[in-house]
Amino acid sequence: MVKVINAGFYSTIQDLGRFGFQKYGVPVSGTMDNYSARIANALLGNKENEAVLEITMSGPILKFCSDTAICIAGADFSPKLNNNPIMLNHAICVKENDVLSFGNPKYGFRCYLAVSGGFQTEIIMNSRSMYKEVSTGFTLVENDELSILEHSVSIEKKNASIRIDSNHFATKKLEVFKGPEFDLLTKNQQQQLLSEEFRVSKDNNRMAYQLAETLKNTLKPIITSLVLPGTVQLTPSGKLMVLMRDCQTTGGYPRVLQLSESAINILAQKFTGNTIHFKMID
Amino acid sequence: MSNFKLTYKQFGERSILVEWPSKIDEKTLKDIILFKEKFENSTLKELIEVKLAYNSMLVSYHTAIDNIYDKILELKSIYSSKNKVINSIYKLWKIPVCYDAKFALDLGDISIKKGISKQDIIAIHSKAIYTVFFIGFLPGFLYLGGLNEAINFPRKPTPRMQIEKGAVAIAGNQTGVYPCKSPGGWNIIGNSPINFFDIAKNPPCFAKPGDKIQFYPITKKKHSDITTLVDAGVFQLESEVIRG
Repeated sequence: MVKVINAGFYSTIQDLGRFGFQKYGVPVSGTMDNYSARIANALLGNKENEAVLEITMSGPILKFCSDTAICIAGADFSPKLNNNPIMLNHAICVKENDVLSFGNPKYGFRCYLAVSGGFQTEIIMNSRSMYKEVSTGFTLVENDELSILEHSVSIEKKNASIRIDSNHFATKKLEVFKGPEFDLLTKNQQQQLLSEEFRVSKDNNRMAYQLAETLKNTLKPIITSLVLPGTVQLTPSGKLMVLMRDCQTTGGYPRVLQLSESAINILAQKFTGNTIHFKMID
Repeated sequence: MSNFKLTYKQFGERSILVEWPSKIDEKTLKDIILFKEKFENSTLKELIEVKLAYNSMLVSYHTAIDNIYDKILELKSIYSSKNKVINSIYKLWKIPVCYDAKFALDLGDISIKKGISKQDIIAIHSKAIYTVFFIGFLPGFLYLGGLNEAINFPRKPTPRMQIEKGAVAIAGNQTGVYPCKSPGGWNIIGNSPINFFDIAKNPPCFAKPGDKIQFYPITKKKHSDITTLVDAGVFQLESEVIRG
């Protein structure tokens, strides 16, 4: 079991998502940056869909109540075990009563903590991903106790590590496809969308990232239709909203672009003020 | 039968969006449901997930689409395939709603602006039989068609920060029930004690696209009694089977 001493800014349990329930209006959810979450699981030999802890900006303080192995991937928030710095992207053995904490954020916005065998929290509709209307809790809170496998963890030397692609955090480029309404935009609008840089506004969360710069818009709303994580919507006032993992299943704004899966992962590591630009994939 | 002109567009790496002409009507809904049911009888069933909206259907594959042209041809052949006998059962659900002033925050305002008495608005709202087009926006939120034009009323200029679970509301030519607490800009005319989304049930929603809904007025006392039964998990919703 892992005890939550301090929950941090916004920490949630996530796996790769809740599939098959979107027809009931349930968001997919899942790790915002699948790339980093997969690395954390892979280095422990976990299955890729095991639940991890998604930590946003400011880390929690966690106490391990049994021996296990952990791996932290994604953003660098200066993780420490019993106050000693530990490496990212590296399998690390922890002992009963060890305390994991975090320091200053160095790069990125979300980091992932995997434990050997994955967190064993409640499964609702085939997923452990926390989401407000579905799971019992929707973020970690102080004194939560997170179940983990307490047996059969091989604590023999784990040296697995990986060099990650630093471009994942540095790049501004988001690869996109045309959205269903892209062709309704004027040539001018299309060009602006694909040539200018946009900044992430302060309205960014697991549901959507709103961009600070606007695009002059004359398109009418559409008949409510289907949207996906990564859909870029254009509102009547010209705001661009990039939908993320906890987005609604349907929407009525024109869908001008669709982010690739890897672009969603890249954007998930951006925060207020960061710049991005869209690059169309042919 | 299937005489709509459909368009097929790739949407992201794994999905194809199928679109019917931009119209909200029952003929379109029937055709979309028929297409969906053909999938459910096809060999592709295991490979994909299908979601519906008013005039669109999203077909999502488990892996990235290799050859979009092949996939579209496959979809077209399913759409044009002969109609198999499909035995889906559709139901008319009777939904209790309390239109008392305690819940009906905007009923007075609508009554004044429309020049229709509150009683008449309630009568019009609860007389109609609504069609479930699809579920979206929030878990368990039913998109309903069939609101009487007489009580068409624009959404509020500024949304409320919080609307209560069960709120029955009107916006433009739509009516619906908030399945959970949520911010929202619809005009509230009542409250239903029913759960529209229940994680303990499979499926979590009792209604599906193609089903019908009818509201019936109840008193505050009855609302409170039904709430108790719903919380105890013993309330039986009334329904009758209709022809699909």
